[in-house]
Amino acid sequence: MIEFTDIRKVYGDDTVLGPVSGRIPAGGVTSLVGPNGAGKSTLLTIIGRLAEPTSGTVTVDGLDVHRAKSQDVARTLSVLRQENHFTARVTVRELVSFGRFPHSRGRLTREDVTHVDDALDFLHLGDLQHRYLDQLSGGQRQRAYVAMVLAQDTRYVLLDEPLNNLDMKHSVRMMAQLRRAADELGKTVVLIVHDINFAAAYSDRIIALRDGRIAASDTVEAMMRAEVLTEVFDTPVRIHEVDGTRTAVYYR
Amino acid sequence: MSETHLPAPSPVETARDGKGAGAAAVAPVRRGLPPAARLAVAGGLAAVAVVCFLFLFIEGSFDFAFERRLTMLGTMLVVAFTQAVGTVVFQTITHNRILTPSIMGFDSVYILMQTLLVSVFGGGVLAATDGMPKLVTQTLLMVGFTMLLFGWLFSGRSGSLHVLLLVGVVLGLAFRSLSDFLQRMLSPAEYDVLSARLFGRLSSAEAAYLPLAGAVCLIVGAVVWQRRYRLDALLLGRDAATNLGISYKRELTVMLLLVSLLIAMSTALAGPMTFFGFVTAMLAHQMSGTHRHAVVLPMAFLIGLITLAGGQFIMEHVFYASGMLTVVIEFVGGAVFLVHLLRKGTL
Repeated sequence: MIEFTDIRKVYGDDTVLGPVSGRIPAGGVTSLVGPNGAGKSTLLTIIGRLAEPTSGTVTVDGLDVHRAKSQDVARTLSVLRQENHFTARVTVRELVSFGRFPHSRGRLTREDVTHVDDALDFLHLGDLQHRYLDQLSGGQRQRAYVAMVLAQDTRYVLLDEPLNNLDMKHSVRMMAQLRRAADELGKTVVLIVHDINFAAAYSDRIIALRDGRIAASDTVEAMMRAEVLTEVFDTPVRIHEVDGTRTAVYYR
Repeated sequence: MSETHLPAPSPVETARDGKGAGAAAVAPVRRGLPPAARLAVAGGLAAVAVVCFLFLFIEGSFDFAFERRLTMLGTMLVVAFTQAVGTVVFQTITHNRILTPSIMGFDSVYILMQTLLVSVFGGGVLAATDGMPKLVTQTLLMVGFTMLLFGWLFSGRSGSLHVLLLVGVVLGLAFRSLSDFLQRMLSPAEYDVLSARLFGRLSSAEAAYLPLAGAVCLIVGAVVWQRRYRLDALLLGRDAATNLGISYKRELTVMLLLVSLLIAMSTALAGPMTFFGFVTAMLAHQMSGTHRHAVVLPMAFLIGLITLAGGQFIMEHVFYASGMLTVVIEFVGGAVFLVHLLRKGTL
């Protein structure tokens, strides 16, 4: 279980987040949604200990992520940012192999190689594994990054907008693969999603942020209601039942 | 970036099911030799260069010439090691393949120290104070300067590498201007003595310093080698490296300390060399065929050694200009740097 208590992030005089508290249970897919500047990324990167909170603590399965040994945290949770810039030219396979670093410290064992192969298979990257990242399309590269965090084989996987730059087809595939990672591999997936309907279709829980606070947090069922979403996004939202799923309509 | 590398008609389909006929055809075959073989070739070339430099064209007393050349080879080993390893590590932790520690102001600190010595105590002081204490003091001063700079910048709110680099470059410029100013007030004779110190000098380094320098290289080398996989992971950038369980700040501090020690050592021993490290690191990255530091670091060292030993051999016996090697390296290196910068168009 991920538990965050009184998290605040302050830049100068600006409080961009918090104080927020909450918990994300183990298992399943949890989506963070909210308008721009709501603090989604800030919260996710603080939980993933890529940023220090101004105050507050985060524990993941009892491990204080900002104080525990970085290597131990890296075996418990993995986190992927939206933008990744690498100095080196690496192939897909080399990138995914980096995911084993917390376990092997660089020397790959046979077990590590198996994990890398599994992660490549899981995201259908087998034939692309010897390509360099700069020879891939945006969607393929995004899959390679996700394969890296899956190879890390952590119980918790945090992703900042994995659908960024993906077209319809690749978005659907990415979400289905993440859903599969939760269902088949038992991962706890926490991700930021821009499209509320994507969040509804693939998540178990939705946490909505607004103005640096948690505006609402509940199951998909409870969250996909017109008054909740209208409030969160500050835009009139109507809910329609389409193919048995609640779908938000807000385009006009 | 684009899907133009993929064959029509259906790049995405190919990628997806992973069995597309076209994927295998365009998948780049890893070109050329495996990294181990590349290292072996570089090692062979380095050995040839060293043997040529040591044994060929000895006129007169073998013992005298050999001992002199051996001392010079020792200096070359130290300079090649410090500059190559220092630059490769520096470029890895700064996520930058253009800037080098020398460009960041190391040289200017050294130049200012020498200039101050001469302006205050006169031209004789340089020769009079030469010795182990001076070498150690100069090294420590330069390490102190960089650690002060790094420590201040990393502890502050603006823990940004770009700010650090900018401050380094600006301070370097300031020191250089101050040195220039002081140099204008020297008498021509004193200036002459001084300027001899302001170019790299492989031939005039004292044999007495080499054991110490060698020991420092060995220790630093062992630490860096032990952390070679962590350096690989640092190539992924701050966030990805942190995700992989690396204590980014601690790793950065350790590495910056080692880099300053190496470059300061090299500068105090053999004078400033601004572009030598840049050239070795750039060639090493191109020749290694991999990003792994286990290959790139030794490759950079070997290329540095080939350049120095081979270069000295050619300068001495083809161009009869034995003292000019470092000047030529700096000139060629600077030109390569400029071309590289212009072609890349950005830092």
